[in-house]
Amino acid sequence: MSALIEIRDVSKSYERGRQRIEVLHRIDLDVPPGDFLALMGPSGSGKTTLLNMIAGIDTPSEGSITVAGRRIDTLSATELARWRAAHVGFVFQFYNLLPMLTAQKNVELPLLLTRLSAAQRRHNARIALELVGLGDRIAHRPGELSGGQQQRVAIARAIVSDPTLLVCDEPTGDLDRHSAEEVLTLLQRLNREYGKTMIMVTHDPRAAEFARRVLHLDKGSLVDAGASA
Amino acid sequence: MGLRRKKARTLLTLLSVAMAFALFGLLDAVRVAFTAPQNLAGIDRLVVTSRFSIIQPLPFAQLNRIRAVPGVRRIAWANWFGGIYQDPKNFFPTIAVSPQPFLDIHSEIVLSAAERQAFVATRTGAIVGAALAERFGWKPGDRIPLQATIFPTRDGGIVWMLDLVGIFHAAQPELRGMEQQLFFNYAYVDEAREFGQGTVGWYIVQVDDPAHVDRIALTIDRLFANSSDETKSQSERDFQLSFAKQIGDIGLIVTAIMGAVFFALILLTGNTMAQAIRDRIPELAVLKTIGFTRHLILSIVLAESMLLLMLGGAAGLVLARLSLPVLSAASGGQFDLPMAAQTWWVGLALALAIGLAVGLPPALRAMRLGIVDALSGR
Repeated sequence: MSALIEIRDVSKSYERGRQRIEVLHRIDLDVPPGDFLALMGPSGSGKTTLLNMIAGIDTPSEGSITVAGRRIDTLSATELARWRAAHVGFVFQFYNLLPMLTAQKNVELPLLLTRLSAAQRRHNARIALELVGLGDRIAHRPGELSGGQQQRVAIARAIVSDPTLLVCDEPTGDLDRHSAEEVLTLLQRLNREYGKTMIMVTHDPRAAEFARRVLHLDKGSLVDAGASA
Repeated sequence: MGLRRKKARTLLTLLSVAMAFALFGLLDAVRVAFTAPQNLAGIDRLVVTSRFSIIQPLPFAQLNRIRAVPGVRRIAWANWFGGIYQDPKNFFPTIAVSPQPFLDIHSEIVLSAAERQAFVATRTGAIVGAALAERFGWKPGDRIPLQATIFPTRDGGIVWMLDLVGIFHAAQPELRGMEQQLFFNYAYVDEAREFGQGTVGWYIVQVDDPAHVDRIALTIDRLFANSSDETKSQSERDFQLSFAKQIGDIGLIVTAIMGAVFFALILLTGNTMAQAIRDRIPELAVLKTIGFTRHLILSIVLAESMLLLMLGGAAGLVLARLSLPVLSAASGGQFDLPMAAQTWWVGLALALAIGLAVGLPPALRAMRLGIVDALSGR
């Protein structure tokens, strides 16, 4: 099967004063469709940077990234924004919901960039919230929900526009073990039942066990590859 | 979206904006009241004063020479009296006029035929505007003791007894301000005052054609050029403006005050908007992450800023509109303060411009926000 994501010879470096810091060094990676990949590694290993580049919110200094046959490292900022809206769902460690909006309105946000009618947006948001088990919390604001529930709203927001790819940056990093398991089970279900391709950055080996595949980064390089669950 | 985030801050900012625009509405109404053309009623009238000062009297002997100028239809004369009623705070315009020609020229002064006749025939007769009569509870037949501030009587007294013979109304609602005036017989003043006999404050000239106003004014002024009593003839509107300018350049005063107010408003709302955007950097980063383009983010922030200013501005202008009748009433109707359509348009345009000015810097900052740095809190 051809890869959904092809990363070729990707390096990323920053200039800090006169110093050049290389965060990623000549990464090559293929991610097939339907994969659930966990990226692990110590702090500063470059895993979040790699995730950001795959998601199109950062660009490589060298190399190429192709997603679903399209080179994204050459796109302009506006083109990248449109590409992200159509192809990527994001789940953050701290949920990053908008506090003054209800769960439903938060989930509707990505749909504002589509041509769907308001009624259709509401309908789709409700379906996404029901899918993550929060059909009875649509009118609640983030402050009225637990951490686990907020993260599930964030997952609903990530999947509502049916993206090609879901990227999760430490999705359980701010949750207790029980809530973390609920969220990971939900992500696993989205991968296995709905075929969503997922890339997850995590420090937690227990979280990584929910992925199909685990890759380790150290000092900007992929050091090994392994399979899980 | 962002405006609802901190409701107290938004509300306080809205109130500040509303107050600034209410002040703008009120001051602009004052400016309009002092500078706008009053009415078509006076377009065929000239006012002839001393060239040097409005308080410098002119000799009565000029009357016939002015009357003889081609194009002059009627001529009346008047003298500022500066009287007060009972208490210095009861100040209102008191003007000695030549009754018959004055009423003939000022068709906007509406009196019954009997009152008109009484005013012309009574040496101590006076007429007052309806608003002034209501203010002091006067009715025809009353005697009004007017205290002089400029002209004592020949016997050294300061009280002039007037007989109220009529109460007039303004012919049009927009001239209601004139109903705060008292007119009485010039002949009585000239005869009984201690000094100044044979002089008038100004002449009021009615011309045969409004198109000839400038030419006739020039002719009159040339008539008395190089004499000891040179004249300055101007349209009634220009005369009113120059009268108002004795207080100061109203337009300049209003502009200066509003400049200071809007400068403070720009600093205040600019700071509020900048703070609001700083608070929402993570949210804006999320919006950019999920696909909102740079220009969309710019538009959102600008729209919030302009909405804030437009809401506050509109509320302030409405407040001013509601306050103006109260202020007019408080001045006893002396100042009729209308809210001109131009005030609305200029006010709303200013609100939009200030919204754009204060919204642009934070909007540009939001547009240029780096997603990775913003998400990581850098």
